[in-house]
Amino acid sequence: MFAQRAAQQSLRRLAASNPQASQLVFKQFAAPAVMGASIQTRPVATQKMTPTDSYEILVAQRKLRPIAPHLTIYRPQVTWYLSALNRITGSVLSGGMYLFGTAYLVSPLLGWHLDSASMAAAFASWGIVAKVLTKFTIAMPFTFHCINGLRHLTWDTGKAFTNKSVIQTGWAAVGLSVASALYLAIL
Amino acid sequence: MSAIRNTARLFRPSTLRSIQARSFASVVPETKTSTVPEPAKDADSQIKTFHIYRWNPDEPASKPRMQSYTLDLKKTGPMMLDALIRIKNEVDPTLTFRRSCREGICGSCAMNIDGVNTLACLCRIPTDTKQETKIYPLPHTYVVKDIVPDLTQFYKQYKSIKPYLRRDTPSPNGKEYLQSKEERKKLDGLYECILCACCSTSCPSYWWNSEEYLGPAVLMQSYRWLADSRDEKKEERKAALDNSMSLYRCHTILNCSRTCPKGLNPGLAIAEIKKEMAF
Repeated sequence: MFAQRAAQQSLRRLAASNPQASQLVFKQFAAPAVMGASIQTRPVATQKMTPTDSYEILVAQRKLRPIAPHLTIYRPQVTWYLSALNRITGSVLSGGMYLFGTAYLVSPLLGWHLDSASMAAAFASWGIVAKVLTKFTIAMPFTFHCINGLRHLTWDTGKAFTNKSVIQTGWAAVGLSVASALYLAIL
Repeated sequence: MSAIRNTARLFRPSTLRSIQARSFASVVPETKTSTVPEPAKDADSQIKTFHIYRWNPDEPASKPRMQSYTLDLKKTGPMMLDALIRIKNEVDPTLTFRRSCREGICGSCAMNIDGVNTLACLCRIPTDTKQETKIYPLPHTYVVKDIVPDLTQFYKQYKSIKPYLRRDTPSPNGKEYLQSKEERKKLDGLYECILCACCSTSCPSYWWNSEEYLGPAVLMQSYRWLADSRDEKKEERKAALDNSMSLYRCHTILNCSRTCPKGLNPGLAIAEIKKEMAF
């Protein structure tokens, strides 16, 4: 015990009197023995930063970052295609209604004949193909928007939300709206 | 004397060598590992092509590009993540993607595979080699690098709904907040969400309004706390959603429920919130 303590004390004294010597010893022996050659030495550098500063860095980075592709690469599915169609048909129908309403309002000023009787007479003079096609183009957005609207009303009650029923009712809405539009076209 | 002898033994060359050997054991130097070469084609190899979105932030001026890789499916694991890891290990170490658990519980490897958002670790590689697979980052997210998306906004939105139990009254028994079996059952299908952001980034409405609309994943977690019988801040939670953007940008497109890799139904959860808000 005494011998060990004496040895330690003499080592400590040596270190205190000659710090460079002890460092030399460390460099020569301890470092290569403990550390592998493949260990990377990287000085630790941290930077203090306020949340607003870091947010500004993020904003600067985002100016350079691309946005991942979306509409063009997402797989066509009955879910989002029908939703897009619902919105497009809705805009077409309401837009058409506003356009016709405005035209009807200003028709007496401009001398247009937009009353039902004269329009029906004009339409009757068309060929059969033009008649059916025109009726189908007008009926299709209407029937689709109505029938898909029923799907939305069902969803608002919290029903038919499973993937299976969403796909089934989606295709059913497509089939029903095409069939009913054809029926209206040949009426 | 014995102590001195022990100390002296430390400096014997044989001991030094053994210390050196032991310290090297935890880190294998690069000279001792071998690089696995990209294997040559066999007669029965199933070569499939993967096209992967690449963008490097170190060259911000360059446009993102699609890089093609071919792999032999006979030598690759069954999942998309296996293919990505194999590409990174054996073909191109610069390919960058997030991954961690490889079993669909961490949500790190969420990406757009063949046009649908999913977890690479839960997505089987289609064995049809004529079909070429395309891999993109989660749609309409800022790209950090390659297929790593920036989900800062998503996490901020999650934080904004205060996703933790909030109540003022202490528990009646002074220990825990009890729930009946029926009340607990309401949380099934909600608490399993791993916040991988597959559903939110599949939602066209979230693509156009991600600054203000919370998106399916965060709204489902919002409902998870609205449905919790132990939470006492329901009115406050509902009031936070009662504006035109946070909740009502959901147009029931239902890409969210279609794409959820965990089989959950965010669309239904949002519908339940809308019902609670209305009645």
